[in-house]
Amino acid sequence: MMAEDKTPTAAAITENVLHFVEAKTKSSVWPDADIFESGLASSLFALELISYLEKSYLVSIDGDDIRLDNFRTVERMTGLVLRLKGLAVPHDVG
Amino acid sequence: MSDKPVLVKCLVWDLDNTLWQGTLTEDVEVRIREEVRTAITTLDSRGILQSISSKNDYDEAWRRLEEFDLTQYFLLPKIGWGRKSDAIREIADQLQFAYETIAFLDDSSAERAEVAYHLPQVRCYQAEDAGSLVTLPEFSPAVVTTDSRRRREMYQATFLRDAERTSFSGPDADFLRSLELVMNVERADQDSLSRLAELTARTSQMNATGVRYSENTLRELLDDPDHEVLVATMTDRFGPYGAIGMLLLQMYEHVWHLKLLVTSCRVISVGVGTVILNWLSDQAALSNVHLAADFRPTGRNRLMDVAYRFAGYSDEECSCLAKIGKASGQAEISSLHLIPERRIPPTTMRLVTPQLLNMRTLYAI
Repeated sequence: MMAEDKTPTAAAITENVLHFVEAKTKSSVWPDADIFESGLASSLFALELISYLEKSYLVSIDGDDIRLDNFRTVERMTGLVLRLKGLAVPHDVG
Repeated sequence: MSDKPVLVKCLVWDLDNTLWQGTLTEDVEVRIREEVRTAITTLDSRGILQSISSKNDYDEAWRRLEEFDLTQYFLLPKIGWGRKSDAIREIADQLQFAYETIAFLDDSSAERAEVAYHLPQVRCYQAEDAGSLVTLPEFSPAVVTTDSRRRREMYQATFLRDAERTSFSGPDADFLRSLELVMNVERADQDSLSRLAELTARTSQMNATGVRYSENTLRELLDDPDHEVLVATMTDRFGPYGAIGMLLLQMYEHVWHLKLLVTSCRVISVGVGTVILNWLSDQAALSNVHLAADFRPTGRNRLMDVAYRFAGYSDEECSCLAKIGKASGQAEISSLHLIPERRIPPTTMRLVTPQLLNMRTLYAI
């Protein structure tokens, strides 16, 4: 069970989401592997991912944030969560 | 108050002195009357499922049915020594049918009484009525469609498939591929209309707007040259799924308006919606048109919102959206937009589809 964690680290999110994806797909997955490429492009799986992230990290994923690119890899999902929680580290500016 | 009786969805047969003449454990030979055989095949062709509740040794009784070449007609046979009311309750529960849609045929008044006592909603018939059941209104559905004729096969396929999936230990994607799924998308015809109307009324999760289309409305749209009514059916190595999806498109010169997309909850985990949307995008790209898809949040259809957006649809503005009509009285319907691209074919199923070439664009060249 996850303890209430208002500032999860990227590593913690990645590990958590990885476990979820591996359990759901019954296969092992790298954090940067395209999990939708293997043909598991089912919106049911996508909705399960969205619901899981929303419940685990208390974020709301709506509208144009619901895009395949944001969920393609576990790393991308980590980035999405961090951004929605305002914890993202900005890339090189300027 | 309607005069029409509730239709029977499943008839449960007794064996000794009902389905066959004689008692298996006592007589040297048991025989089947021709009118019983006819009753079985006729009910089957009407989409009425059939099962068995018999006090007999399972292996002996089933072997005898195999010799009669009848086993394929019976789902969930309960052949053993328990109470018949328990057997019938199990059958109804496994099929998820209300007890009032179950009928029971038995030569023994004691057995009929036992069932009637514990399951008063089940309709009981005497064995000698076997030949005349097909003339009764409760065994005579008004409409028999392709799906009704295959209903038994579809149930058998579901049981086999579910058992296989439960025992499958590899990755889910591998299981899906092992099914050898084939999806056919075709222009709907009269035969599919009642099933399509049912899909729009009964499907809630993978339903883009929740707007219901009656058979009459669909019939008019079938004849309208500006509309495409498409039906998706699916089969795998276990058997048919029947009609599992529907698209309603209005075709304009520069945009195709997807007014409704519905896919059955039976195939929700197979990714049918995504495959259909990718195919539609591919076709639209070939025809050089945009796509506008209606969506209305119903509280139960977030899944469809996800399917659309994962297929690339978004809230972006486009001048083509001004050209498509708004369904009257449906204020909460918004149109998502997509500039379509060629898409690669699906990897989890084989797809058989029509060409949706935009005729206006073709002739304008």
